[in-house]
Amino acid sequence: MSVSIDFGGDSLAGWIQHKSGISVQRCYQCGKCSAGCPASSDMDFAPSVLLRLLQLQNAESDQKVLSSYSIWLCLTCHTCSARCPMEVDLPKVMDVLRAESLRHKLVNKRAKDIVAFHKSFIDTIRNFGRLWEVGLVADYKLRTRHFWQDVVVAPVMLKKGKLSLIPLFHKKFVSRIFSGLRNREERA
Amino acid sequence: MKIGLYPGCSLEGSSREYAESLRAIAPHLGLELEEIEGWNCCGASSAHQLDHTLSLALPARILAQAEKQKFPELLVPCAACYNRLASTKKDLANDASTRDKVTDLINMPYTGVTSVQNILEVLNLVLTPDVQKKIPAAFPHKVVCYYGCLLVRPASVVHAEKMEDPMQMDDLMKRIGATPLDWGMKTECCGASLSITRTDIVGKLCGNILEDATMRGAEAIIVACPMCHSNLDMRRKEIERVTGKKFSIPIVYITQAIGMALGLDAKSLGLHRHFVEVSVHGKNKVQQNVSSPSMAAVS
Repeated sequence: MSVSIDFGGDSLAGWIQHKSGISVQRCYQCGKCSAGCPASSDMDFAPSVLLRLLQLQNAESDQKVLSSYSIWLCLTCHTCSARCPMEVDLPKVMDVLRAESLRHKLVNKRAKDIVAFHKSFIDTIRNFGRLWEVGLVADYKLRTRHFWQDVVVAPVMLKKGKLSLIPLFHKKFVSRIFSGLRNREERA
Repeated sequence: MKIGLYPGCSLEGSSREYAESLRAIAPHLGLELEEIEGWNCCGASSAHQLDHTLSLALPARILAQAEKQKFPELLVPCAACYNRLASTKKDLANDASTRDKVTDLINMPYTGVTSVQNILEVLNLVLTPDVQKKIPAAFPHKVVCYYGCLLVRPASVVHAEKMEDPMQMDDLMKRIGATPLDWGMKTECCGASLSITRTDIVGKLCGNILEDATMRGAEAIIVACPMCHSNLDMRRKEIERVTGKKFSIPIVYITQAIGMALGLDAKSLGLHRHFVEVSVHGKNKVQQNVSSPSMAAVS
């Protein structure tokens, strides 16, 4: 069921090199990244397997990578890159992969909550300039319809003075950044 | 020592006790904090997941604002904000075309003169032998220091001396009379931003951390990151569900531990805001509620 995905006439590996300057071909499959990754046991492809799929440079494996659950489970903890003997900056590769997965609409079904969380987070920054936690959680619940999640934690947080029910508006500090990004997208 | 302060969003919200304790101890350490004006969110763990340019523009605006206020140094107590700011500074220094693109977006001049400092670097400077003399053995507890990810990695950004076995926090704990224990989870990840979306993974990872700390006989886990704190402190129910074990070890911000050593009261350090009761105390109870001028003069 492989669909051809366009990376400016290149493979996904070539596209990563173009976007981040990182060559996935440096990886010699020692597996240290997969051994140290705190999320690898919950991933569909361990980090070193993702790198191997990218090295193959064919449409089928590129699609496997972009539709994997792994790229969304990555915690950006940098344990992999800290221990990599070839200094492959895997967290930066993951950032490129997530952007491409979104752009080509290949996001793994199991990752939709994680993507929704990040979108809600960015929405909150766009609307308030700063993170307003109550707003973030409300936005996330509306996106995912997980209305009952964390109903136990929230009242305790409120009692302990850890939540503000009323947001402070600092939108003007970021409005230029967001409008600039939007204009750029429209021009592109 | 006068220094610019970027508190970040967590310190105004779910981790406000970190800000409270920092502000409470500052005068006793001769630290004058000047909050950055009109600050915005740094983008934290989400912006870089979806939009690379946004993940640089948000911290760049903060750094440009610090420059505008002529801060030679900017203290960033939140480990996540610190990591984003330091990593943006590095990316902008290394790539002129990215810098042009980002300064155009924020519409502010940026030269990169402000030095970005984390809490451990600043405390190392101000917790001087003079201050130590006034509070001998004031926090006599066995602790483990939990650095997490963002204060030690990536090495090219944070200049950590020993990435797998950092010692700065352990050294600070010794200075206030604590006994930092050797343990295996110093720089393991807590699960970070998966807290809401994959709470089970956070439960598993935090369970490993709490278990090792408890097994070593630690009375508290010392932290310097709001994300680590909220996962380890507020997610106990999920941790118990995943591991099938109950843990009672409290999670204490490094600024709270120092505050307790200084004899500051629990409320000013925000200890009442924790989910898990803080069962460790300072020895200098006598100095409660005072900010004595003699101590404030120490620099």
